[in-house]
Amino acid sequence: MSTLRIARLVAAKDLRIEWNSRVFVNQVLPFAGVTMVIFAFALDADSVLQRVAPGLVWLATMFSMLVLVQRAFAVETSDGALDALRVAGVDPRAIYLGKAVALGAQLLVLEVVLLFAAVVLYGQTIPAAGAVLLVITLISATCGLAAVGTLYGGLAAGFTGRETLLPLLTLPAVAPVLIGATRAVEAALGTAGAVVSDGWPWVGLLVVFAVAFGVGGALAFGPLIDE
Amino acid sequence: MSVVELDDAVAVLGQFPALAGATLRVEAGEIVLLRGPNGAGKTTLLRLCAGLLPLVRGTGSVLGLDLTTHRESIRRTVGLLGHQNGLYLDLTVAENVRFWGSTVGASEGEMRSAMQRLDVADRLADVAVSRLSAGQKRRTALACLVARRAQLWLLDEPHAGLDASARDELDATLREASSAGATIVVASHELERAGNLATRAVDVIAGRVHDVVPGDPGAGNQDVVPGDPGAGNQA
Repeated sequence: MSTLRIARLVAAKDLRIEWNSRVFVNQVLPFAGVTMVIFAFALDADSVLQRVAPGLVWLATMFSMLVLVQRAFAVETSDGALDALRVAGVDPRAIYLGKAVALGAQLLVLEVVLLFAAVVLYGQTIPAAGAVLLVITLISATCGLAAVGTLYGGLAAGFTGRETLLPLLTLPAVAPVLIGATRAVEAALGTAGAVVSDGWPWVGLLVVFAVAFGVGGALAFGPLIDE
Repeated sequence: MSVVELDDAVAVLGQFPALAGATLRVEAGEIVLLRGPNGAGKTTLLRLCAGLLPLVRGTGSVLGLDLTTHRESIRRTVGLLGHQNGLYLDLTVAENVRFWGSTVGASEGEMRSAMQRLDVADRLADVAVSRLSAGQKRRTALACLVARRAQLWLLDEPHAGLDASARDELDATLREASSAGATIVVASHELERAGNLATRAVDVIAGRVHDVVPGDPGAGNQDVVPGDPGAGNQA
């Protein structure tokens, strides 16, 4: 079995688990929505909210991502399935890739919902001129977040206290994505006078980050989950 | 050719030689019981045979594959079942079996046959694993082993956590698997039950394997203190 075929199996299995359990729909999306509402309460003034909306969307995405990553590895460790995968000689690169794809798919849905929430709650507008930049930013940032989240999720899964260890490891690592994605979305939405061309260098950063963590994660995941 | 061949095998956990020169032969179709106290090396022996631990000294092969050079290949041919079942609780029985079978390219027919063999094909197929009893979960885990074509089953305390009827079910399943050609190595403290199941028993004491003398009631169940030099002189 090729690595890609196994990765597809792992991704399909993770998405099936989410479909069966409805944790993403019933818990993660409401959590993300509540976070956006809380931000609105905290910042109050519409002008401030519109200026910082891109950053708030990505902050809410990252907090929700932590919940998704915890969940993605809880299903692997609750009955020893991750160990069983290792025992069965399943290529760890395929496990990494499959779990990252499933996480990325959920993150992408989450980001779209959060952008919609920003429009509704913060009065944010999405100009047509920035649509391409916005879509490419979402995809490249999602790849980076999924790569980091899966890598550190796998690392933390083997430790006691993984619930507190995961945010401690992940949040500093995804800081470049937070900065790059926020600036790129500001450019796409024209926030505070930014223009679309300002966003492309940040997209470059997001792509480099995603490739570096994707390749590094695929290589490091096996030794990390091995004993 | 034996399914398992270990000669003077040494495996270490950290700095501690958990297996200190173990020699063991297991033939196809056998059910071999590993007896011995906690810390004697039973689980280490199973993990070595599963290709999860490196062979530090001595020689060994599993299903004809060398333990020093083909550990990854060995992993694909054996199934190790410990205290946990390795199942996805939010998937149904059929979805679990299908996933594990698909990792080795098993056909739909093979997977269906695995479920039928372990009696989880009909009423239980579409039930989420989280809703199964402990015995049903164990049967599902074994169906996954069959679906992914494990030729050597390594079972660590397979009766743990099961009630009497689930234990009977498990024993019947293992006997049937053995008669169908599977080779099974079982580590257990439950000497009477596992002894009735096994075709042969060996004692594992202080990291060494000793053939059981007929009539021997079994190695004690007292814990072994790591590094205790006296522990190995009992058999």
